[in-house]
Amino acid sequence: MSEASLRRTGRIWTSITVAHTLPFVAVSGLLLVLNPVTAAVALMALAQAWIIPELYAARGANVLRSRAPADEQAERVSVGLLGDLLDHGARDLHRATGIVLERGSLGAWLIGEAGAVLVRPGGRRVHCYCVKVPAPELPTGDRVAHLLLALRTDETGFATVANLAFSGARWRLSRRLKAPLRDALAPAVEAARRMD
Amino acid sequence: MSQLIRMDSSGHTTLAEWTADDPASVEAAVAALRAELELGYFAVVSHGEGRAEQVRELPVDAPLVILRRPIAGG
Repeated sequence: MSEASLRRTGRIWTSITVAHTLPFVAVSGLLLVLNPVTAAVALMALAQAWIIPELYAARGANVLRSRAPADEQAERVSVGLLGDLLDHGARDLHRATGIVLERGSLGAWLIGEAGAVLVRPGGRRVHCYCVKVPAPELPTGDRVAHLLLALRTDETGFATVANLAFSGARWRLSRRLKAPLRDALAPAVEAARRMD
Repeated sequence: MSQLIRMDSSGHTTLAEWTADDPASVEAAVAALRAELELGYFAVVSHGEGRAEQVRELPVDAPLVILRRPIAGG
């Protein structure tokens, strides 16, 4: 996965989303023009056009959801090791949100237990990836540390292995994230803006 | 004192500790690392934000070598 292929992926996702929503918008407009009595149906078509990208974004937001924690002692040990890999700011963010912020060459990454969000330079577009260490017995800190170390070792390889769950506007993802995760998105967007 | 650790269900386990001027401890760490690599683990030395190096041989001067498993798309 390279800079160019990420841009291409973004364009493809946008095209697919437009292709999915535009027919509903067109049908809605056509119904209103042909017969205003069909306004209710036209509104339903418009709602459908709105819902489709929202569902995609919800799938993207899901990559940062947390799993059930392991036993308390293992969790403490794993979070301690993860903390040793982070600077103060990233450690504080992880403590508050469970998410690690990592700046890479492709953008700013938010790393969760089973996925990552790449905020592209400029902060307007995000790519959400499903990626994990296939070892459910690991405590949460270790699951994040696995992804963090893999990302640091080979960022483009990381983005290649991961499955893309969503690519689109940052604001659309932000609306679908729960409060603590939305708090993690803000500094990532800030970091991505500084890369532009 | 450098450490070779493996992330596992306990959080992590220390597999070996060594100092560069103690050949016996280095040898034990090298053997432990090889055994884990054969099991499919990756050995990583983190150099701070944005940088980590995957190694196949024990970096004797590194303070911490972490063993991780391969990742996969979800």
